[in-house]
Amino acid sequence: MHNVLLHIHPAKVSEASLRFNRTFGLGGMAALLIVIQIVTGILLRFYYVPSPADAYNSIIFLKSQVIFGQFIRNTHHWSGVFLLLIAFLHFLRVFLTGAYRDARKINWLFGLVLLLLIVFSNFTGYLLPWDQLAYWAITVGTTIISYLPLAGNGLRTMIIGGKELNAGTLQTFFNFHTAVLPFLLLVLVLYHFWRVRKAGGVLIPETDEKAEMVPVMPNLVFREFIVALVLLAVVLIFSALVNAPLHEKANPAYSMNPTKAPWYFAGVQELLMHFHPFFAAFIIPAGVMVFLAWIPFIRSGDKPTRHWFFSEKGKQSSKATALFAVVITVAGILFNQYVLNFEIAMPKIPALVSNGIIPLVILLFLMAIYYWIYIKRLRLSRSELVQVLFVFLIVAFIVLTIAGIFFRGKDMELTFPWRV
Amino acid sequence: MNNRIKHQEEKDNPTKSEISRRDFFGLIWKSLGVLVGIEVLGSITAFFYSAKNKSTTVAKQLLEAGPVSSFGMNSVTAFMGGRFYLARLQDGGFIALSLRCTHLGCAISWEEKRKRFICPCHSSAFDINGEVLNPPAARALDYYPVMIENGIVKVDIGNLKERNTFNKEQLTYAQ
Ligand code: HEM
Ligand code: HEM
Ligand code: FES
Repeated sequence: MHNVLLHIHPAKVSEASLRFNRTFGLGGMAALLIVIQIVTGILLRFYYVPSPADAYNSIIFLKSQVIFGQFIRNTHHWSGVFLLLIAFLHFLRVFLTGAYRDARKINWLFGLVLLLLIVFSNFTGYLLPWDQLAYWAITVGTTIISYLPLAGNGLRTMIIGGKELNAGTLQTFFNFHTAVLPFLLLVLVLYHFWRVRKAGGVLIPETDEKAEMVPVMPNLVFREFIVALVLLAVVLIFSALVNAPLHEKANPAYSMNPTKAPWYFAGVQELLMHFHPFFAAFIIPAGVMVFLAWIPFIRSGDKPTRHWFFSEKGKQSSKATALFAVVITVAGILFNQYVLNFEIAMPKIPALVSNGIIPLVILLFLMAIYYWIYIKRLRLSRSELVQVLFVFLIVAFIVLTIAGIFFRGKDMELTFPWRV
Repeated sequence: MNNRIKHQEEKDNPTKSEISRRDFFGLIWKSLGVLVGIEVLGSITAFFYSAKNKSTTVAKQLLEAGPVSSFGMNSVTAFMGGRFYLARLQDGGFIALSLRCTHLGCAISWEEKRKRFICPCHSSAFDINGEVLNPPAARALDYYPVMIENGIVKVDIGNLKERNTFNKEQLTYAQ
């Protein structure tokens, strides 16, 4: 163990990189959670049976007959949730400290791939219990694919192996979940580590460049150990206290009310309540992904400061933009829900226009006004402008996700969290 | 001109031709690599496709719904096993509506009081013909062809039909 730990680290690291508020240890936490997922996942496989007839019963058996069965399942469930949250925070920290440039470009791209792999891991795992929640969440989630232009229907049929979820779908998802995706994750995480090292360790502010180099053992390794122990304790305690949900066995003839997509897709689902699926599930997410991948290649011309939010101006504009994003997203949801539904108001026009192009243009117009009135006067550098857009997208996404998870109740009407 | 001279030099100079030989072998190795890559990809594709194509023969799967007389005018009967609702319209025409909402695929249910299908997922509504009453769904409900033989209503549940809107040709009448 000793040797392995020392192997993935260099012999010495800069003292500045050890400060907790530089990385918050988030990357390391994500790595530990992946290990937890693999260990608990392999344990689950000893009891789980991947067929529609038996899957649900095998989970019931696991819960009720197997010592620690419920606990292992809980751990796998909650650590899957934590993993996605932590990886997301790590991604935010990397962006907001400007650690995506130059030598770190490639790692940013592979990081995005890692994030997608974690989402797919969660998505394929979600189907496995074959309960009502799983069946309908995955039905809704995969039907979104059929709105892709041209190939959508064919692609969906290929992925789920038919028109409806069936035994083949479960088998495919099981294979991806317990073989293909873990293998890819493992390989890419190791590559990711190697890249961090190749770039000369984590990014530190230039003011700290003169900081002393200290041996990793014990300075870094001990810190990692403490973070790992605390995280492990949190995950295990959480899993001991809160059970992973399990509804009735899947019934293809009856949808629950409400039927929601898995929580990490709640944002896209909320978007679907307001935009034509072609925009909500395709144009907008694809646009955001392209933007994220493009970020390190936008020529900036300014020198990286490597400080959180670049500069004071960067901090100020980010705060204002976050506020703007919250206001416009909440207002947009309420307006579309209670005041004007474009599709109902304009029944003569195709939904793609009335419920797609029109609201999108209005949204872009409001963003442009915000830019002209406020952002333009700050005279931000190119990187700070990219940051403003990034902050807007992320905050809007978070608001949509919260709305979808906590504020959508029966019939998908807006309600308060305690009535959901 | 220049090129020819260079060429001559390469021939005379053993170290230079050494490199070009290496280049030559490099090229061979690379082509072999590409070839292997194509073979592996081809095999994988064949592996996945061979079984898929065999199972896609569309056989007629007729489900007997019952005698014509047992379905009243303007009524809807659920056939959960076949995943459809059999609707008989005011004029006596039959249509077998898939219970998948055309928005994102949830199972709709029939609300007798208001004579409409509603979807629990994003509250789309459809009338007895399967026509959209309330978005977000944009297309009328899919349907299965209905056949009436010797007074028995039969539904071809292996043959799902998609449509944008309702029209009379989708109905089947008893003679
Ligand atoms: C990044 C890695 C992983 C993530 C994010 C993940 C996530 C999930 C999720 C969300 C579920 C559904 C659990 C529930 O509904 O309560 C699940 C189930 C399952 N996972 Fe994973 N998983 C991962 C890795 C693995 C691995 C490596 C294996 C096995 C080799 C595995 C085996 C299983 C099994 C057998 C189930 C079904 C049991 C159940 O639903 O409780 N998982 N996973
Ligand atoms: C499975 C998920 C991931 C794991 C296990 C992981 C692990 C790590 C670790 C241990 C570090 C060292 C510094 C730190 O802890 O912050 C790191 C740095 C980095 N990660 Fe990740 N990461 C993951 C996902 C991502 C994602 C989603 C992105 C962004 C799109 C990303 C981009 C980067 C970059 C650019 C660095 C270099 C940062 C710097 O030099 O300061 N990683 N990662
Ligand atoms: S799936 Fe029926 S309204 Fe969305």
